[in-house]
Amino acid sequence: MSKKFNISRRHFLTAATLGGSTIALSGCDAFDNLLAGDSGVRETIAKANDLTYRVQRLLFGRNALATEYSENDIRQPMRPNGDTAPEDPDYVALQAKNFADYKLEVTGLVEKPLSLSLDELRNMPSRTQITRHDCVEGWSCIAKWTGVQLSRVLDEAKVKPEARYVVFRCFDTIEQTLNGGIKYYGSVDLIDARHPQTILAYGMNGKTLPIANGAPVRVRVERQLGYKMPKYLRSIELASSLKPFGQGHGGYWEDNGYDWYGGV
Amino acid sequence: MLPIIVYRYVSPVIGRKRESLLMNQPLERTALEKMAPAGKPLIYRQFLSTRITHWLWAICLFFLVLSGLQIFNARPDLYIGQQSGFGFDNAILRFDAADTANGPRGYTTIFGKRFDTTGVFGLSGSGDNLEARGFPAWATIPSYQDLATGRVIHFFFAWVLVATLLTWLVSSLVNGHLVRDLIPRRKDLRRLGSDLADHLRLRFHHRREYNVLQKFTYAFVLIILLPLMVLTGLTMSPGVDASFPFLVEIFGGRQTARTIHFLGMALIVLFFLVHMLMVLATGPLNALRSIITGRYRTDTSAPDATAQPGE
Repeated sequence: MSKKFNISRRHFLTAATLGGSTIALSGCDAFDNLLAGDSGVRETIAKANDLTYRVQRLLFGRNALATEYSENDIRQPMRPNGDTAPEDPDYVALQAKNFADYKLEVTGLVEKPLSLSLDELRNMPSRTQITRHDCVEGWSCIAKWTGVQLSRVLDEAKVKPEARYVVFRCFDTIEQTLNGGIKYYGSVDLIDARHPQTILAYGMNGKTLPIANGAPVRVRVERQLGYKMPKYLRSIELASSLKPFGQGHGGYWEDNGYDWYGGV
Repeated sequence: MLPIIVYRYVSPVIGRKRESLLMNQPLERTALEKMAPAGKPLIYRQFLSTRITHWLWAICLFFLVLSGLQIFNARPDLYIGQQSGFGFDNAILRFDAADTANGPRGYTTIFGKRFDTTGVFGLSGSGDNLEARGFPAWATIPSYQDLATGRVIHFFFAWVLVATLLTWLVSSLVNGHLVRDLIPRRKDLRRLGSDLADHLRLRFHHRREYNVLQKFTYAFVLIILLPLMVLTGLTMSPGVDASFPFLVEIFGGRQTARTIHFLGMALIVLFFLVHMLMVLATGPLNALRSIITGRYRTDTSAPDATAQPGE
């Protein structure tokens, strides 16, 4: 076998490889159609999130606590995200009276539906925690949150055994469409709902929860990402399925392709 | 039976004896000579498990890197510590875009030093389609900005990568690949200088064994870098952190873990580029054959071309 032949073959392969990698590099839109929102491929590989959810639930302590930090770790104001000033008329009306007429509705699969005022929520035993908020975008911010444990509210409402999810509905319109506005909503399972650090927060960094951060009440689910912690909370519904809500994926961002389990 | 079969089934411990038995049989020698008309023996170099996991890694890393850059673009900054500084500055890398007298420009800021990187980092695209984004469209999957889909792809291939790593680890322990071929020995350390010199002179040997630099590189990537990527990736998960808070501690904070994850990606890309260059430089056909069929043509001129495995 002559050396020359080898070299020319090598040159051919070099050219072929470089050419091939150029196609690969300029061809990252090659996967765009395959991964579009309604494609079967995307739906299939998105099932990895179910696996992540099951593995975390199976192997990890159900009541394992997110790390709580010290006062010294609060180095900056809590960064607001998403809506920061809802313009929905019912919200604006409540805001005008400093949320004196606010009522948190607890409905759905419960023995005793509730309608709790801000004072009633504040008079329940409170929990304060300094935790790290992780946004799906990649940033983190540490702040102190005060509120009532969701488990206490659920116990008072007496959750029916067939309930599997807690669905949070909000005041704010997150998106305007031709068919009207879409209001923010989200959901978690009962394990995260009953987790000791899952609170309905009305206080932040030692003060009343600001509008930009979700006043009068927002949810804190400390083992999940920020989009799983709705702000401007209007009502809580206990449900056995997520199908009837929105487009059926369990939340506004979930309806837009984000994973339902946000603990990753 | 061809002698190449020998390498397939022997474990490093019992293999030597069985192999020498086979090699002493005249029939096997004839077969060997038939296989290697140019006097360069074709040997069985790569186990099936090595070959399958190699290609699974190639696929995984392709999708993980490009979907990872998509995820990075959602917040094209890197920070040190637990949190991202908005009220203070703890960023070590930032891509951004700004309007200037010369139109929109893209910038990269590393440790406070700002560079104009229009067209690649911070601002990219063509003609009227200029877009403010960290990495350009050709470096991300999907090409357009879609964090949700980037995450879906990333976590799917993250699971495949972990399964591949575990499969590789178990099979390489069982068939001896890990201990015999990858873990550098003391004699490898002694040979490091001469091996480096050989590489610099572009003098490459083709043996069944990996050379010293190969051993160090593969061992580093497989035993240190890829597990580090898995661990720093897990550290970014708030669910994992609640159960394993020590992960956040050993990496010095969630944002530091994200930064290490990014730097690890850069090392993987560097490894890939050098790997491709070495394949091209040392004989792409031989390398491709060995990682597809397992068979590799060795030099007779190399002093230990016929050395026993593990010797």
